[in-house]
Amino acid sequence: MIRFAQVTKRYPGGHTALEQLDCDIARGEMVVVSGHSGAGKSTLLRLLAVLERPTEGKVLVGGEDVSALKRAALPYWRRSIGLVMQDQRLLFDRSAFDNVLLPLSISSHPSREAANRVRAALERVGLSGREKSMPVELSGGEQQRLTIARAIVNRPQILLADEPTAHLDDAYARDIAELFRSFNEAGVTMLLTTHDDALFARYAPRKLVLAQGRLQ
Amino acid sequence: MKWLRLQLRAGLRAARQMARQPFNTLLAALVVGIAAALPATGYMLLGNLQRLAGNVSAAPEISVFMQPGANADAVRTADQRIRGLAKEAKVELVSRDAALKRFRDNDALAEILDALPDNPFADAFVIRLDSADAARLETLRTEFSKLPEVDHVQLDSAWAKRLDALIALGQQAVTMLGVVLGLGLVAVTFNTIRLQLLTQRDEIEVSRLLGATDAWIRRPFHWFGALQGLLGGALAGALALLATRALAGPIAEIAGLYSLEFVLRPLAPAHWAALLALCAVLGWLGASASVRRHLSRIA
Repeated sequence: MIRFAQVTKRYPGGHTALEQLDCDIARGEMVVVSGHSGAGKSTLLRLLAVLERPTEGKVLVGGEDVSALKRAALPYWRRSIGLVMQDQRLLFDRSAFDNVLLPLSISSHPSREAANRVRAALERVGLSGREKSMPVELSGGEQQRLTIARAIVNRPQILLADEPTAHLDDAYARDIAELFRSFNEAGVTMLLTTHDDALFARYAPRKLVLAQGRLQ
Repeated sequence: MKWLRLQLRAGLRAARQMARQPFNTLLAALVVGIAAALPATGYMLLGNLQRLAGNVSAAPEISVFMQPGANADAVRTADQRIRGLAKEAKVELVSRDAALKRFRDNDALAEILDALPDNPFADAFVIRLDSADAARLETLRTEFSKLPEVDHVQLDSAWAKRLDALIALGQQAVTMLGVVLGLGLVAVTFNTIRLQLLTQRDEIEVSRLLGATDAWIRRPFHWFGALQGLLGGALAGALALLATRALAGPIAEIAGLYSLEFVLRPLAPAHWAALLALCAVLGWLGASASVRRHLSRIA
């Protein structure tokens, strides 16, 4: 389903984040990408979300080169994936409900259906009853769950999560890992980056290790 | 239908954003309102003045004032001669007693008149003509001034012509003021939207990550500008209405002194609608220019 074909990403200034990366991810697979800081994990996800473009090579999804998508087509591609960013990017002046509603508003879902989907997504991540809470009233783990609810509310086929358990204590991190496993069991193709190899070892059968932009 | 739904949602989002910052919204609308109120009030006053001038110009008048000491025979003779010279005209004799009574009816002037030792008014004729032919008016003026014991002849259409010229000048001035303040309105909206874009920078960035198109991001800002313009236009209309109320009394009083029945009219509903639409369009334009310039700078 996803194929990184000879992908190289070089930044202005000469830093090479990824070098000649070749990798396939099958539909419904859950893949954990690990490695040290600066190994190129986040770049891998950013290339797939087309937040950046490769310097060389292609990123293919279902046979289509998403890295060559025109600017006008990018929003529609991003609507089809779920994205959990390392820094969460929650809107702190909006309620939990409104934060999760945002992707559905963007894709112009009818109000009633959108509201049902938001409630379902919040329930799925264990935040039922917290609809009216502001993000600042939520714990770190709950904020991460809220970010995940926002990522899944559009029912994406592919979910990308960049260090989703960073800054969380062990109990919260296990909850989040369990949550991802449940999504994967529901058929969602998942690509996660982490520092914590041990945590995801139980959940993800496949692990990619990056070092200095190359697969080990 | 989908386009309409998208626009409605964007309009609602903009309205919510405005409601979140009521003080800022009110301040910005006030700036727009005051900027638009000046030309709107000027336009309203000019419209009234034009109506007044139209009434006056339609019926040119010649006033013939007899000398203060003119006797009844001289007045009678003048009356006959005037009616003979201007057969097509309506001639009205306003006796000095009638003039005094008319001015006494005004409380403010009654006190002044009481202080005078004698009736200061002279017998006068008011000659109203159907035609505004300038040559004919001039001939009559010359003929009337030759009549015995006539002190002064006044051609009342002259000031109407001057008033017309002044109104034309006023119209140009109001138009120029309108253009300048319209540009000011666009600039105010441009800056307001720039600040809104900065305030909502996080939301814009997150929305882009979640698949928002530029059009989806732009739309509520366009609506924000238009709604702010609309609100400002409504305030401008209200200020013009207040000005009408405040000026109506003094103007009616002045008109009364000239024996005119004149009521200051507020902006007509069609003009109200035009004012609102114009302010909304200018707000939309300012917002559109601002979004086009600043949105690309937000990653």
